[in-house]
Amino acid sequence: MSDFWILLTGSLVAACCGIVGVFLVLRKMAMIGDAISHSVMPGIVIAFLLSGSRDSMLMMSAALLFGLITTFLIGLMQRTGIQSDASIGVVFTALFAIGVILVSLFARQVHLDQDAILYGEIAFVHWNIWELGGVNMGPKAVWLLGFTLVVIIAVISLFYKQFKLASFDPALAAAVGIPVAFFHYLLMGLVSMATVSSFESVGAILVVGLLIIPPSTAYLLTDRLGVMLGLSVAVGVAGTFLGYGASVLLDASIAGCMVVAVAVLFAAAFLFSPSQGLVVTKLRQRRLAAQAAIASVQKQ
Amino acid sequence: MKTLDKLHQHGAGGVKAPSGATSPLSVSGLSVAYQKKPVLRDVTFEVNEGELIGVIGPNGAGKSTMMKAALGLIPSISGEVLVYGKPCSEQRRLIGYVPQRESVDWDFPTNALDVVLMGTYGRLGWIRRPGAKEKAEAMECLRKVGMADYADRQISQLSGGQQQRVFLARALVQNAKLYFMDEPFAGVDAATEKAIITLLQELKKNGKTVIVVHHDLATVQQYFDSVLLLNVELKGFGPTSRVFTQDMLQHTYGGRLAFLDHTIAAGATEAHGGVSL
Ligand SMILES: Nc1ncnc2c1ncn2[C@@H]1O[C@H](COP(=O)(O)OP(=O)(O)OP(=O)(O)O)[C@@H](O)[C@H]1O
Ligand SMILES: [Mg+2]
Repeated sequence: MSDFWILLTGSLVAACCGIVGVFLVLRKMAMIGDAISHSVMPGIVIAFLLSGSRDSMLMMSAALLFGLITTFLIGLMQRTGIQSDASIGVVFTALFAIGVILVSLFARQVHLDQDAILYGEIAFVHWNIWELGGVNMGPKAVWLLGFTLVVIIAVISLFYKQFKLASFDPALAAAVGIPVAFFHYLLMGLVSMATVSSFESVGAILVVGLLIIPPSTAYLLTDRLGVMLGLSVAVGVAGTFLGYGASVLLDASIAGCMVVAVAVLFAAAFLFSPSQGLVVTKLRQRRLAAQAAIASVQKQ
Repeated sequence: MKTLDKLHQHGAGGVKAPSGATSPLSVSGLSVAYQKKPVLRDVTFEVNEGELIGVIGPNGAGKSTMMKAALGLIPSISGEVLVYGKPCSEQRRLIGYVPQRESVDWDFPTNALDVVLMGTYGRLGWIRRPGAKEKAEAMECLRKVGMADYADRQISQLSGGQQQRVFLARALVQNAKLYFMDEPFAGVDAATEKAIITLLQELKKNGKTVIVVHHDLATVQQYFDSVLLLNVELKGFGPTSRVFTQDMLQHTYGGRLAFLDHTIAAGATEAHGGVSL
């Protein structure tokens, strides 16, 4: 049974991250995903301290709040002329460091373990069960991730055209009256939700891999946004299954194997993608060169 | 007291620009600064309906900035912009915009038809998706710019001139009354330039007002009814025959254009048979 829950949790993480990650990658904001995944940490710890429990809804709200604060601070610094990578670096390391201090100060009260935050504990996901009126409803993480996935799918499909235009051509989006800033923060809210629901399972560092690698893989394989979203989820889910299989064989970290598995899929797409793959392009060029050579020989 | 002030301002504005209510675009006292130094200073002008207007000035003169500020895309430090007598935020449906081609990422996973469809997003409101009707309109506009055969082509696989045509088709599908076009002629060949100017003239014939950032001084007299000379400040605005003179250009470009007389002379002869103003 634990296999099933681990695979389901991993797939849900991959789906949540895969969808919002597509828009991060297309808007060249991959590192904002990194920043948010780290700087939600103080929010999570504060929520623990306030409630004394791992209440998911409170954690979610606190993480959302910190995700938006991060985005806002980074935007503010960029607008005043600070380099964008420097702004991101300053904001997220500072917030993450506050989180580290809080964990070290209050670790005993909140039963938080730094390793769990950084690397996740997907192996134990089926131990943390949600009981409703004495009935076993399954792992809490699955419910939390399922809820997040529903919200993400609902918001993205409802405002698909706004997200698309704001990503491709924000100037035109603003010119036709789409509130670009609102959709920016909405997307960042979704990224924060995806991050905080995922971090318990895969940790704050590896979640970045799932936010960025599957969309980047999908980007190599298609030139349609809709297809890219689907492929991104598919790559993430495939990585979950391959990674879990590998982790059982090697007896190694599940989350680590998952991220390595999606990275391997990325490498495969990078080499063999039919349109842009390195190997395929080289082969095609060689074939064309050969044809040209034959043609010139025949002419003579 | 406040009300009085307001009334007073209102009255003054009315006196200063009596036709302000009907002009497609009336800009007064517009100043913009990105950091400390203003890149646009106190720009005031008012365009006539149904004209093709060329915006001319050196690189970094603030031409793109002026368009963006007029569209409300970037904040201005002072000034007022009215589109058909109202703030442009209330007139979005009347405005079409063609940004500079380099302003978007052409590797974005989408095709030509899809980019044109984006021109319909504004009128679709919050929830509605483009449907068969919008697709047909977008195809029609692609056909008008001679790009119908490329509808399914991934946009990175289009040439620069073809990308520019797709952008133009997207502006056409917006079906606006006032168009802002930022360098639609940049990097296109003679045939494409001809196709684009024909389209612009057709728009004009249909009563649209088109404001175009343009760099090729040799074709200014041929293309535009009015010219707006810009270099941080407004250096001149009015009918091409009156404003597009060597003196005014020297004033705008600051003595850097020794070849100007040739340009204007050549443009004048070229324009002689064709466009009369
Ligand atoms: N986002 C920005 N942040 C800071 N400064 C900017 C920004 N965009 C433009 N500028 C500056 O404002 C000035 C005007 O730029 P703008 O792009 O409006 O010029 P332009 O007339 O369109 O030039 P070009 O002919 O090269 O397109 C330039 O000096 C430029 O460096
Ligand atoms: Mg410009």
